[in-house]
Amino acid sequence: MSEVLAAKPKGHIEVKNFSLAYETIEGPVQAVTDTQIHVNPGEFVSIVGPSGCGKSTLLNAVAGFLKPTTGIVTVDGERVNGPSAERGMVFQQYSLFPWKTVRENVEFGLKMRGMPRSQRERAARTLLGLAGLEAFEKHYPERLSGGMKQRVGIVRALATGPKVLLLDEPFGALDAQTRVIMQQILTNMWQRLKISVLFVTHDIDEAIFLSDRVYCMTARPGSIKAEIPIPLERPRQQSMMMSSEFLALRRGLMSLIREESLKAMGGEINDLGMQGLSIELQGHSLADVI
Amino acid sequence: MSSPALVRHPEDGMPTASIAEAGPVPAVTPAAAPTSFGALMLRWYRLNQGRLRATAIGIISLLAFLLVWHLLTTYRVVFFVRFTNVPSPLAVYASFVKAIHDPKFLMHVLLSCRRIFFGFSLAAIVGVPLGLIMGRFKLVHEIIFPVAEVLRPIPAIAWVPMAIMLWPTNEQSIVYITFLGSFFPILVNTLHGMSLVDPVLVRAAQCLGARERSIFREVYFPASLPHIFTGLTVGMGVAWVSLIAAEMISGQYGIGYFTWEAYSLVQYADIALGMIAIGVLGLGSSLLIRGAGQLVMPWRST
Repeated sequence: MSEVLAAKPKGHIEVKNFSLAYETIEGPVQAVTDTQIHVNPGEFVSIVGPSGCGKSTLLNAVAGFLKPTTGIVTVDGERVNGPSAERGMVFQQYSLFPWKTVRENVEFGLKMRGMPRSQRERAARTLLGLAGLEAFEKHYPERLSGGMKQRVGIVRALATGPKVLLLDEPFGALDAQTRVIMQQILTNMWQRLKISVLFVTHDIDEAIFLSDRVYCMTARPGSIKAEIPIPLERPRQQSMMMSSEFLALRRGLMSLIREESLKAMGGEINDLGMQGLSIELQGHSLADVI
Repeated sequence: MSSPALVRHPEDGMPTASIAEAGPVPAVTPAAAPTSFGALMLRWYRLNQGRLRATAIGIISLLAFLLVWHLLTTYRVVFFVRFTNVPSPLAVYASFVKAIHDPKFLMHVLLSCRRIFFGFSLAAIVGVPLGLIMGRFKLVHEIIFPVAEVLRPIPAIAWVPMAIMLWPTNEQSIVYITFLGSFFPILVNTLHGMSLVDPVLVRAAQCLGARERSIFREVYFPASLPHIFTGLTVGMGVAWVSLIAAEMISGQYGIGYFTWEAYSLVQYADIALGMIAIGVLGLGSSLLIRGAGQLVMPWRST
């Protein structure tokens, strides 16, 4: 157990000169270009950006599912060559194995590592206890609520003691109240485990509330538009979201993202205009209206 | 940053208890107060009202079917369809009573069951793994799929002459026909199941350190199971169709042969008896498969 939950900063992610292009019939489509990011050991970093900007692509490359077209991805100096249990991942769609009980889901990574049954059962129970799920260990995921499923998802990803935790819009499908609770739980686990977190979201409040640093990406082809440190003190409380400091950060990020969203949508809005369905601008610029 | 292992320090950070409270609280059923037997029965009745209703209606409709059959045959109705020679339910019952004391009839039934068992089992043993492998390895799919597509539309009955030439004994050729009938539905459904496996689940397994073989065993196989069982159910139905046809054409024993022989020997009651026996056996075997499916996939029964 102590090995799994040992609290020592680890997991230095480095993404250098990164670009990624998809091959299509019309030729390569650039999803992400010229991107450098890093996550220091034990740091919580978020990536925000307009939809389709390639933030999930970037995360999938760090996970090892996608090979960069140029550039390299390293974790603690080792080059990422494919998925591994060193980089735990949490998905938006939960992606729990429906044919395994909650505990069997959490045990999966340990089973793959060859840990004996009794040992991994004990480890899974302890972890489920931390997430308040011990009463559900024998349930199948289908019977859990969204928030509970995602707690299992997080616990499952942490069970093998990864160096870094990658989350791809993990709370996107949850209602607002559950989301706030899940953010608390995630912060709590991260502070105990002292592992690095790379968190992809389109929710600006969530990014500010959780992170030490936020990267803002441009519209496709995605690259880093800005890097914003979040100097809010920890532990963070829900009430901080009303503070002037928080709101200032929020305003700043908002306007950065809005610029990019408009760029991404610009074409579509002009197309509507051509069809005579245009929004009446009345002398304002498009940005003012939207 | 030298925080000790957190198991020993549950009080630092957010307390464990607050996490537990944060999520939806499990519904705790209160300790049931002792209730009377009558009240329990009433509650059971209320919970199962729908199912009881369905059962009652089912029994009534079966009885109505028997009654209509009885009337049509006793009055020898001729209205486009001729019921003059059709045996009445009572006559069929009489021949049933005679048959269950006749070791020859039981042998017919047992032989048919044995052929189904061998033919269907072989189809499952070959079809499921082949479907899994074809679904996972593109090259195997590309090699085998065209051949399977050409052979698949050929009805099992059309194989009878070829089967007689291929196999040294009659028994083997009948089992072979049964095998063919159930093989293709099993293969095609297994393939279909493999093609629907959620790629995100495969990714999740890879992120947890699973290698190719484990992913196959822990993800692809269980994810395909519902479709595999659909294939087995359909395959079992087609196995019976093929078996009966094969027995009628080339058999010397078996319930299909029994039914055909009854016609040749002008024992009309036995025709209906054979048909009903085939229906009951087919129903029983698909119930067996459904039961096995529920046993193997406990996460699907709610």
